[in-house]
Amino acid sequence: MKNTVLALSLLFAAPMAQACETFTIGDISVEHAWSRASIGTDRPGVLYLEITNNGTTDDALTGLTTPAASMPMLHETVVTDGIASMPHAASVPVPAGQTVVLSPGGFHGMLMGLTNVLKEGETFPITLTFEQAGSLDVSVDVLSMRVEAAACDDAK
Amino acid sequence: MRRRQIVLSLAGLAGAAAFTLGLGAWRTRNRSVHNPLLPLPLTSMDWRLINHVGQEVTPADWRGRPAMVFFGFTYCPDVCPTTLLDIADWLEALGPDADRLTTALISVDPERDTPDALANYVSHFDPRIIGLTGSVGATARAAADFRVSFKKEPAGDGDYTMNHTAGVFLFHANGQFASIIDFHEDRRFAVPKLRRILA
Ligand SMILES: [Cu+2]
Repeated sequence: MKNTVLALSLLFAAPMAQACETFTIGDISVEHAWSRASIGTDRPGVLYLEITNNGTTDDALTGLTTPAASMPMLHETVVTDGIASMPHAASVPVPAGQTVVLSPGGFHGMLMGLTNVLKEGETFPITLTFEQAGSLDVSVDVLSMRVEAAACDDAK
Repeated sequence: MRRRQIVLSLAGLAGAAAFTLGLGAWRTRNRSVHNPLLPLPLTSMDWRLINHVGQEVTPADWRGRPAMVFFGFTYCPDVCPTTLLDIADWLEALGPDADRLTTALISVDPERDTPDALANYVSHFDPRIIGLTGSVGATARAAADFRVSFKKEPAGDGDYTMNHTAGVFLFHANGQFASIIDFHEDRRFAVPKLRRILA
């Protein structure tokens, strides 16, 4: 069933760089949603994106669901005394008027239990849950394993 | 974009400070085993690991070549690709000189990182990167020689991740420890450190 959902969503995948598309609900907008191509489905995948809170009320990203992974989680990479760990983050704060980035070496979506191989050039849907704004469906661009940021004209 | 990343880095620092308390307790307990010193010279190490094409490797095999060594695991979607991409970038910046360098990833997750798993992983970054793995005991031996810490961390549903020392260790051709490149260090600092061990 999940695979069917994913296959359908991939049918709708546009060839354009979707990572540059902006998704909005209420005061929250999300852009530059991207992931890296995976080798098989054993290793966890990753999710990076940029969240802007255009409102005057603090919000927070509290959860992820996606047909692409059975156990998606929010993590934060932390390097303390030279030791890297990535504890589970209960939520990612998105203060009023600010932009928060999930990016390599910081907050990230950890896509454990991939249901399909993530192939470069494809997209998959993910639903983000915000404490205030509610749920937002976002399309995630799968980029090469060798990419460190989404390439959008406005991303400089 | 850059400015936004800086804002996030500051948030990350605050988070790191909060996390230090918890990790500090764990580190203190391990300090009696791992003296918090710098890595031994390669010539004083005595680990024995298997590379990604299934051959046994010991520090003696690296004699006479400068070396860049780091610890990680391939079931890590964030830190390890970031480090490998940084390393691929540095190797490219060094040009042909990088061929004189031994570049190795030592897995801290030998249960999942078999030689085959390492082979299909490192090939995606730079063919000059060697993957090394072994038994849990052999991995612990190597980690002790490099003064590296690693620890299994449950991640729900029986799954786990590994906490591990994230720096990249540089050694001179004579095996003496030279310097550490910190996680995600700017290439403006990283590449000159590499040039120094190649000089
Ligand atoms: Cu993670």
